[in-house]
Amino acid sequence: MATLTVPHAVPPVAEDCEQLRKAFQGWGTNEKLIITILAHRDAAQRRAIRRGYAEKYGEELLRALTDEIHGKFERAVILWTLDPSERDAELAYEEAKKFHPGARALVEIACTRTPAQLLAAKQAYHDRFKRSLEEDVAAHVTGDFRKLLVPLVSAYRYDGPEVNTSLAHSEAKILHAKIHDKAYSDDEIIRILSTRSKAQLLATFNNYNDQFSHPITKDLKADPKDEFLATLRAIIRCFTCPDRYYEKVIRLSLGGMGTDENALTRVITTRAEVDLKIIKEAYQKRNSVPLERAVAKDTTRDYEDILLALLGAE
Amino acid sequence: MQHLVGQASSNSSSAASASPVRLRPSPSSRRDQQHRERDAPAAAMADEHQELARAFSGMGGLGVDEAAVVSAVGRWRRQPEKRTQFRRSFPGFFTATSGGGGVMERCEDEYVRQLEAEFARFKDAAVLWAMHPWERDARWAHHVLHKAHPPAVLVEVACTRAADDLLGARRAYHALYHRSLEEDVAYRVRDASAALLVGLVSAYRYEGTRVSEELAKEEAKALAAAVKSASATGAKLVQNDLVVRVLATRSKPQLRATFRIYKELNGKTLEEDFAGELCLQEAVKCLDSPARYFGELINGAFKDGADKQAKAALTRVVVSRSEADMEEIKDAYAKQFGAKLTDAVAKNAHGHYKDALLAMIGK
Repeated sequence: MATLTVPHAVPPVAEDCEQLRKAFQGWGTNEKLIITILAHRDAAQRRAIRRGYAEKYGEELLRALTDEIHGKFERAVILWTLDPSERDAELAYEEAKKFHPGARALVEIACTRTPAQLLAAKQAYHDRFKRSLEEDVAAHVTGDFRKLLVPLVSAYRYDGPEVNTSLAHSEAKILHAKIHDKAYSDDEIIRILSTRSKAQLLATFNNYNDQFSHPITKDLKADPKDEFLATLRAIIRCFTCPDRYYEKVIRLSLGGMGTDENALTRVITTRAEVDLKIIKEAYQKRNSVPLERAVAKDTTRDYEDILLALLGAE
Repeated sequence: MQHLVGQASSNSSSAASASPVRLRPSPSSRRDQQHRERDAPAAAMADEHQELARAFSGMGGLGVDEAAVVSAVGRWRRQPEKRTQFRRSFPGFFTATSGGGGVMERCEDEYVRQLEAEFARFKDAAVLWAMHPWERDARWAHHVLHKAHPPAVLVEVACTRAADDLLGARRAYHALYHRSLEEDVAYRVRDASAALLVGLVSAYRYEGTRVSEELAKEEAKALAAAVKSASATGAKLVQNDLVVRVLATRSKPQLRATFRIYKELNGKTLEEDFAGELCLQEAVKCLDSPARYFGELINGAFKDGADKQAKAALTRVVVSRSEADMEEIKDAYAKQFGAKLTDAVAKNAHGHYKDALLAMIGK
């Protein structure tokens, strides 16, 4: 369930463009106006606004935004305004270029999007960066992470409900055996995680639990500092419980000293039109505090305003 | 059409020759026999057998001359003794057995299979031609995986189709088989080439023309180093991470630049340096010069002793490339084999199958 709120009477595109232009003009920027408009329009409407703005004023809306606003607020607004597939391409590009083991954007894009959405992201990547996503991931990520991530982003999984239960049984066994031998980056584990359909994987993980009396993620906690294991767990959780997965990302980004704004922005802008409401409920359940309150406590000014707007507050 | 002539005469003289059952008997003995027969009063009979043999000349050729078969059927109607003599004169394909109070000439199983394959060749071509290209590719890939044939067809489909067509084939695979192509490849290919094949079929390459010469140089150098170290240690390059990464992810224009620079730096082409690793050579050929690859496949179907896979390649290539790069294939074929493709097909194929191929190849 989305948290995005769009007014009942949406102003015509021309008016939105005019208002945005006004927000940029003169000294300073009317950030509140930017949020009032952009943070309350869905993807199709935002696309229309971008098109209308470029036609009317001969300049890209996104370019105007980067000139006028800065920092965390700018990143949130830009990411939000982009189309979902362009947004995924942008996030993937940033992460592939500067990959570090704890990074999660690629995993999220590969595992929480539908196969068609992942494909759209890869097409947007071609258009924007004149290379394929797989090329860049393969070229900049090394070692076991590359072995895992390249197939993961290259996959075009079957999207339907058909499941082969005996295959689920045998592959659960294979996974268990490899994990037991601590062969975490074994070809078989990677093959199963990166090629099987979502329905088949869920059946496999359920079967694992049936056969071995505990979830597969429990067996992947041998070393709390092992980032590869953490990535495997992230992949599995993205398939089995995306709402709790995202809740944890947000919780970790808000908790402790400081705030991981990149992660917070990423989750909120990518899920606001998808299932942020369910993630909010998971957050409330886990932390006994509404997500809006936690965000308001840890963020300030315009950045806080746009996040709250996307969370459906106000 | 020499083999047609040969078959008729050798079969007529079979009992004496006692040669092992072969589908393509040697030319010289055939010609001698034929001359001897010509002189005998049974010359007319030999001619008729020859004609019928020509009609069934799927043995060694490609396809069946349907018109000749129909004409023979008409002429020998209500003349079972003619058909019996025909069977007797074809000992390579019919053997005498006695059962139930009389001698009968039964078909050799191999002959029946061959005949079925040759009669079906036109049907296969027609059915494939009518299918959507994506469904064709999906079905070929599935067939290769499930009958455990060599993976050359997978390499061909993955590397010679445009990015969106490969994607379409993968989509068609979902619809037909309820699994993804990469799933099945990863699951069924268990030899050294698995990583390369999964990478190739999963690729969604950038299709634009932008090429980085610097990157091509860097990767050409890295490939040269990998080749050198592999020849020193005897490791298989098809499992080399760098080789797989470059071949499976880079765009085709980028790869062609890399191959060109590789040759400039090392004197030999990457294809030559991949000697002994067929899968890699096929991938490089398909990515770099598909027209030449297809020309070689077609030529392989015409050779003596071409097996079922090689012959099926002819239908597959002509049907799938007829509207793609057939002109380039014709040029490459003429350049490499010194003959026009249309002439070679007209010579080696028969009947409706031949006509269908020629129609798809065009002038």
